[in-house]
Amino acid sequence: MLNFIIRRVVYGILILLGVNLLTFMLFFTVNTPDDMARLNLGGKRVTQEAIEKWKTERGYDKPLYFDARAEGGAKLTQTIFWERSVSLFALRFGRADSESAGDIGHEVASRMWVSLQMALPLFVLQVIASTAFALLLVMFRNSRLDFWGVVSCVLMLSISSLFYIIVGQYLFSRVLKLAPISGYAPGLDAVKFLILPIALSLIARLGGEARLYRAMFLEEVGKDYVRTARAKGLAESAVLYGHVLRNALIPIITSAGSYLPYVFLGSLVFESFFGLPGLGAYVIEAIGKQDFAIVRTMVFLGSLLYIVTYVLIDVAYTWVDPRVRLS
Amino acid sequence: MPKFVLLWTDAAIWLLVAALAVYAVMVVRRPQLAANWRKVFHDAPALCSSLILLLCLGVTLLDSVHYRPLLPPAAGAPDAAPAYDTRTKSVLDAVLRDLVLSREATYSRPLSYVGFTKESLTIDGEVRRVAPRLVFGGAHLKNPEAEWAGDIARRAATGLAAGAVLAVLLTVAWVALIARSRRRALRATWKAIREREGAVPWLAALATTWVLCLIVGPATALSGPYHLLGTDLTGNDVLYQSLKSIRTAFVIGTLATVATLPLAVVLGLLAGYFKGWVDEAIQYLYTVLSSVPNVLLIAACVLMVQVFLDKNPDLFETGAERADLKLFLLCAVLGLTGWAGLCRLLRGETLKLRELEYVQAASAFGVGHGRIMLRHIFPNVAHLMLIVTVLEFSSLILYEAVLSYVGVGVDPSMNSFGGMINLARNEMSRDPVVWWSFAAAFGFMVTVVLAANLFADGVRDAFDPRARVFRARRRPFALRKDA
Repeated sequence: MLNFIIRRVVYGILILLGVNLLTFMLFFTVNTPDDMARLNLGGKRVTQEAIEKWKTERGYDKPLYFDARAEGGAKLTQTIFWERSVSLFALRFGRADSESAGDIGHEVASRMWVSLQMALPLFVLQVIASTAFALLLVMFRNSRLDFWGVVSCVLMLSISSLFYIIVGQYLFSRVLKLAPISGYAPGLDAVKFLILPIALSLIARLGGEARLYRAMFLEEVGKDYVRTARAKGLAESAVLYGHVLRNALIPIITSAGSYLPYVFLGSLVFESFFGLPGLGAYVIEAIGKQDFAIVRTMVFLGSLLYIVTYVLIDVAYTWVDPRVRLS
Repeated sequence: MPKFVLLWTDAAIWLLVAALAVYAVMVVRRPQLAANWRKVFHDAPALCSSLILLLCLGVTLLDSVHYRPLLPPAAGAPDAAPAYDTRTKSVLDAVLRDLVLSREATYSRPLSYVGFTKESLTIDGEVRRVAPRLVFGGAHLKNPEAEWAGDIARRAATGLAAGAVLAVLLTVAWVALIARSRRRALRATWKAIREREGAVPWLAALATTWVLCLIVGPATALSGPYHLLGTDLTGNDVLYQSLKSIRTAFVIGTLATVATLPLAVVLGLLAGYFKGWVDEAIQYLYTVLSSVPNVLLIAACVLMVQVFLDKNPDLFETGAERADLKLFLLCAVLGLTGWAGLCRLLRGETLKLRELEYVQAASAFGVGHGRIMLRHIFPNVAHLMLIVTVLEFSSLILYEAVLSYVGVGVDPSMNSFGGMINLARNEMSRDPVVWWSFAAAFGFMVTVVLAANLFADGVRDAFDPRARVFRARRRPFALRKDA
């Protein structure tokens, strides 16, 4: 077990190195720091001095990958690539590119909790609601309820999440005045701001998830052990909850787990629509301001979380399925 | 003679159409493939949605022939070199010329003859706040208060009748075609269709045709003299925008999925076939790629594309060409970032296939690696490629809306569902609510995506025998009649 985890972590670090190289190439080689400076300082009439000053302030005034003028090991270490990579792996994110935005690490640390407040309940409720709905359909399979359930699933997954947000906001906040349209307050007051985005996000993803889970359940229902369970006289509900649900957990964990990284990053669209000051909204602001430092940091953080999630999923497999040996 | 302009996406779309034609010929020649496709069209939802998709494809193709009209020569210099309009138009623009030209001042409700916002007008010497008459919408009405409802009803009825006539003609032509191909009498064929004999659900297809005709008929009758779906902030017709958005959605849905194929197929086959370090390297590559949250990766790439376009302004002559190049590059970005899933799938399948006897036999006969992959493995994983491509189509259309909201989608000057929804966000918070743009985007988008989803389900069921079990079905018609 420990052996496995160590190996996964090492592989994870390798992946992170790859991500780091990929994002660095994307952000620094396609555009030189001069381009970024010009973009950030605005317009074409920017003096070379201003660009140099901007670059020095942010440590972008070194060569990209290789410094021929330096001595020995410093040839590699006195470069933007080295410095950026080291500081990212040390989780020191530095300052944002644009003038107004401050320290990235500070922002991430404070916004993370808002994202978590929305995402964790959402994640748990999502799994419960989708599983429950799928089980209901499987319980009444080949009936009219199943047919129309699947039809409504297909209909629901054909509707863009933006529609759910706009209609939901209009209906519940403007017409019925049940929840505030947008905004955020710390502490317990957060509940009333969070309830609508969570509910809408739940509905927006329900169709696709429930249909997927239903197919997983049906695949299990056709297996021999289910027939055995029925043959020995178990009630249908006992078969479903005791046997089928347990065995369908593995694909469900995979499917739900792949959504986990977004739990932390926050749902981009929902946060910015409802004015929640989370990480998702931060990314959207950064894209709007073309602040590459923030986007680069979030890409790195996102993949870090992805890798952590996958190790967690693998560990969870052994927990739900004793047959799975990690080796 | 106008100057024809071949935009990047136009070229790609027409190439795809050509590829589709080649594929169709292939399907007809190969009985196995033909049988699978026949199965797709035996599924009523898939057949009906394919009709709707075909209609949308028609709109897309009309909107994919671009030209710049020739301007009349300047008064002083009749022999000067011909000058072309700076605006790039498409054939669809020419067909819908009335809608393009009938631009109002600002918002107006669907089918309205007055504007949405009130203005101060001087009437009989005194200033009053009234909603002004529209310049084009309902301009033919002399006494609008009295005539409006009657005029709408009359035009709708005429359109409905025309639609019904068209539907009858299409039905007769269709039935006649079937009758001829089966060498049966017209009446007997119609009876067979009505009683749902045979495997192809012709009745459902005919019903879809009727519904489409009965919608298109009144819509065309009313959209000339009125704005059927109202106008937006800048007074443009919403119906026109929705029709233009169909092309954007189709381009993204098709090009972006096709763009994933080369990398996914080549790398997937190589990894699964050669195993060892090749497999390790390719797995590493797609794990790196898929470990970056997709939206962020796309956002990063699109930001780079933006800078690239800003740096190279000589790549395009007009604004439309710039927007189009951006769309094309967006599809390329979606393709380059989205191939990991299909690659993983194909790798797994190739791993299984390469151990089978027929591959070993081919290898024992001295067939080279490349040839084995091309002739023996690729045809056996091609169905997965098809299924994933069709499934991705609809999710990409949905994705476009999100990307446009995030600010990394298509160019704001280009009509797209994402752009319409984006604007609708502000419109929905006005009082009274401006709901028609939003409703139009909703209606068109749900129709396209739903049709694509149903069609994809049909394709998956036909080509992937394992998936067929999980379809929710009502009991077949014949059984229900007895019960």
